[in-house]
Amino acid sequence: MLLLPFLFAALHAEGDRELAERLKRREPQAMADLYDRYGRIAYVLIFRIVRDGGVSEDLVQETFLRVWNRVQGFDPEKGALGPWVLTVARNRAIDYLRSVDGRMSQNAVELETRENPALFANLESEILNSDQARRLRGAFEKLTPNQKLVIELAYYEGLSQTEMAERMKQPLGTVKTWVRTALRTLREELGEAVAV
Amino acid sequence: MTCEELQDDYELHALGLLEEPESMELEEHLRRGCATCRHGLQRAIALNSAILALAPDVAPPKRLRRRVLASIGMEQSSWAWISAWGLATAALLMCVLWLSVEERRRTDELATARAEIVKSHGELSQVQAALAMLNEPEAKQVTFGGGQPQPPRGRFFVHKDRGVLLLASNLPPVPAGKTYELWVIPRGGAPKPAGLFQSDASGTVMYFSRGPVDPATAAVAVSIEPEAGSPAPTTTPLIVAPVAD
Repeated sequence: MLLLPFLFAALHAEGDRELAERLKRREPQAMADLYDRYGRIAYVLIFRIVRDGGVSEDLVQETFLRVWNRVQGFDPEKGALGPWVLTVARNRAIDYLRSVDGRMSQNAVELETRENPALFANLESEILNSDQARRLRGAFEKLTPNQKLVIELAYYEGLSQTEMAERMKQPLGTVKTWVRTALRTLREELGEAVAV
Repeated sequence: MTCEELQDDYELHALGLLEEPESMELEEHLRRGCATCRHGLQRAIALNSAILALAPDVAPPKRLRRRVLASIGMEQSSWAWISAWGLATAALLMCVLWLSVEERRRTDELATARAEIVKSHGELSQVQAALAMLNEPEAKQVTFGGGQPQPPRGRFFVHKDRGVLLLASNLPPVPAGKTYELWVIPRGGAPKPAGLFQSDASGTVMYFSRGPVDPATAAVAVSIEPEAGSPAPTTTPLIVAPVAD
């Protein structure tokens, strides 16, 4: 399980505000610092989703270029760089999977609207500390195989609940129950430990 | 729909996976500035980030950093890389240069050695030919310079079929751009050129002019001539030796 990169990122959480301000001033060195802080996390997540090193490199590059180009909409006072970079990285990877599969979900909301920098206000930059990681892993252990599978399909394959139902050949209502129950378990297990 | 009914949909909404009609309902709550839904969505983003962070660790290739920075035009990020290549290239060029100089030196040495061998081979051939001629009973011997205070001294051997051999010592050094020239002088005729030669540093020489000699040769002579030789003597000969019949 991934821990070191996130712990490493946590050490830098305090400097994210200054880093975001430097990015907005278009300082090239700030991009180098951003990559040093979140490059590994982004690569790990993208590789987990697309499972191809070369494609992962392309998508990491695209992720950071996107952050660089959209950082003007980011509020350094309130925003959280880590979750934003992670969301952009995941969306790039899911977009790639969908394009490869020829799968453009009619019901799924455009991913792009979900990575608007303004959505990442009032969050802690620290994504996951060691205690949260331990608790989250414990929560996952409590999930049933179907609940684990729907979480996997949502987070790492970008399937909507309708698509999950088709994939798993299960009624939509059943899938929705699995998703809802799984998320509730994870949410409750982490509780207030999830920083907001 | 109420906020309570939407509370399980925040994570999917943040992932862009929430479908209708829940998606539209939640958007409407957010548009209205619903504090509960806004807070719920923020918690969902945090939870999503934490879940996504549990992916198995794998190290990205080092080149990826350079590539990302290059994509925003930050080429200086690769200075260290370029410097390393520059140093390696410079070292390689120095090696090539050194090898080239060494190769040139060895080639020159080889050429010099070959020239020495050719020269030695020529001299050996000349000595062998001269010795062969000396053993011929028909070879006529003519001495010169005897009894003079500072003369070149020596002798000619003249063979009608083999040529003229000169053995001499005490030859004066020739000026720069000049050389010795051997002449064969027929009876009643003009001197004929018979070859150019140089003496060694001590003024000693053995020179063999090969080829048939006019049977009517009356004398052989040596004069100092321009380096390229002359068709006829331009200076008074140093040596003139009559050849007896």
